[in-house]
Amino acid sequence: MKIIRTFILKNELGLHARAAVLMVNVSNRFRANVTFEKDGRIVDGKSILGILTLACPKGGSITITAEGNDAEDVMKAFEVLIDNKFGEN
Amino acid sequence: MTAHFAKRTIVLKGIGVSPGIVSGSVYVITHRIARISRHKLSDKALIREEIIKFSSALESSIKELADIKDKLNDPEGIGPLIIDAHIMILKDEGFIRNTIAHIENEGINAQWALEKTVSRYQEIFKKIEDPYLKERIRDIEDVVQRIFRHLSGIKYDKISDIEEETIIVARDLSPADTIQMKVEKVLGFATDIGGKTSHTTIVARSLGIPAVVGLETITSEVRTDDIIVMDGTSGVVIVNPDQETLKRYEDKKRHHLAMEEDLLSDAFLPAVTKDNYSIGVGANIEFIEEIPSAVLHGANGVGLFRTEFLYVNKERLPTEEEHFLQYKSVIEGDQIKWATIRTFDLGGDKFISDPRLAEEMNPAMGLRAVRYCLRERQSFIIQLRAILRASAYGNTGIMIPMISGVEEIKEVKKIIHEVKQQLISERIPINQQIKLGIMIEVPSAVMMADALAREVDFFSIGTNDLIQYALAIDRVNEHVAYLYRPCHPAVLRLIKQVIDAGHRAGIKVAMCGEMAGDPFCTMILLGLELDGLSMTPLAIPRVKRIIRESTLKEAKELLAQVMNFTRTDEIEPYIKKYMSRRFPQYCVINHE
Repeated sequence: MKIIRTFILKNELGLHARAAVLMVNVSNRFRANVTFEKDGRIVDGKSILGILTLACPKGGSITITAEGNDAEDVMKAFEVLIDNKFGEN
Repeated sequence: MTAHFAKRTIVLKGIGVSPGIVSGSVYVITHRIARISRHKLSDKALIREEIIKFSSALESSIKELADIKDKLNDPEGIGPLIIDAHIMILKDEGFIRNTIAHIENEGINAQWALEKTVSRYQEIFKKIEDPYLKERIRDIEDVVQRIFRHLSGIKYDKISDIEEETIIVARDLSPADTIQMKVEKVLGFATDIGGKTSHTTIVARSLGIPAVVGLETITSEVRTDDIIVMDGTSGVVIVNPDQETLKRYEDKKRHHLAMEEDLLSDAFLPAVTKDNYSIGVGANIEFIEEIPSAVLHGANGVGLFRTEFLYVNKERLPTEEEHFLQYKSVIEGDQIKWATIRTFDLGGDKFISDPRLAEEMNPAMGLRAVRYCLRERQSFIIQLRAILRASAYGNTGIMIPMISGVEEIKEVKKIIHEVKQQLISERIPINQQIKLGIMIEVPSAVMMADALAREVDFFSIGTNDLIQYALAIDRVNEHVAYLYRPCHPAVLRLIKQVIDAGHRAGIKVAMCGEMAGDPFCTMILLGLELDGLSMTPLAIPRVKRIIRESTLKEAKELLAQVMNFTRTDEIEPYIKKYMSRRFPQYCVINHE
């Protein structure tokens, strides 16, 4: 199964170091193959450096693609993380 | 007989950011390996070997970081997070793959390959606009340095192993460094770079140990185990001092401590003159960690709480909650009875990280403070909401910096009114009668003081900027710095005009510039009948003593005499002579 979703980052920080750590943690927890895309650049969802180089600021959008049996679960986990603004207040 | 090498004595001057005098042996933290070795690998077998070396360096780096994290025992702090990010970089597939590809395809050694990998990331990060995300390249560089050390077999500085009391010398200190230190063993910090808001400064102040930053070359001038003397007030560091200098500083330190002890014994007493004129004395602070020291030095309120630190060196703008928690903890304590929170005053000499500000030719007169707030309204509203929410927990004032005319304060008042209404409609408790004041630091505000006084509850004179604007002096320009004179007759007249206008309108006038804490100026300021003085905590005990040992009558006579003069070179010597005779123990003319 392949799922593609676009999220708007609502947290104040954008995809900074802490958020990137949390994103990688999610990617690592599931078997699905995860990639992040922004402005045509695609990076591996398990690569912290990849995520940081996307330089996604607050209000920016990011498209996540998950492919695999647990694609739905991993997408759900990203959704919760992003909706909760990475736990920043 | 062993040869005796007399070590060279060197004096370095940096920025004193956390006061105190200390001497001791040095521990130099060197993070960067001096030289990267680059060579070609002659055959295939060596390439395989090099890749294995690289992999095991990665593994031992990860293990090292995991050990540090275990020892931290601080699950909530920033430390573990930094370490997690670094471990993730060490495990990053793209990063590893690229480096191995350089080794294999180009037949070069691992250090060289790593250098190539990191330079690719440097290129990418250079193009990132967001200043906070851009800074993350430092994490990658940090990690690469760690791998370099493991590759070259250089023993990593185990700051955590320090057993003796030591002065830490480093290029700069990152949270990753300070979290590993046994802080009780650290006597002070001396660094090449940094400023008033850098991490080193904040940690030193919260630990109450001296720190000098911006020494530029100290890491190359000293070696571990050298002896240095450092003065965290003046910013002077003496490397390998001779016996005489060491003794002089030991005396100075002893004297400093004895004097402090004596001054602290009655610092809590109110600042009331012998003829019963009372002045409120508050502390200028920036971090809640400074409050215990402020209270110890006799402040019962905070006359100026600077909020810039919330913005500086951060990955992003502060949230309302972050503002609120800071302000609430300033206000809700038992010992601080009142606090005046100054809104965002960035720009000028205080902060240049916003690229839009950095471009300005003359930032002190540029887009800063209230000008910036009225432009970037959303972040201003966030701060105002937080201050208003905190006002429910104690006696709070809002202070707006750099007001230059009536229309600005009217605009600010309109915004505050809207924010109040919004909070009330959200049923969030606030003090609706919160006092609103402005800094008087622009000459046009002095001229308009009568009209401005009708708009606000108090004035606070910011002498540092008022002097530079009134005398047309760029404080950071060394060629004109000599013209920066608090006792210039024009400055004294401006101050008088503000106080008189405020009092005619029935509002309180305080002062929060450096002048307020200068014991030589205390009687002049008393004579001007200021209602409040706010200063760096360390200056409070002396100023309070002078006030308690004077009379308003005497201060007014001194002022009258001084106001007759028309030249700074008449006023300054007159005040100096008067004060050093009247208060020889508090007003010592420094001939050094």
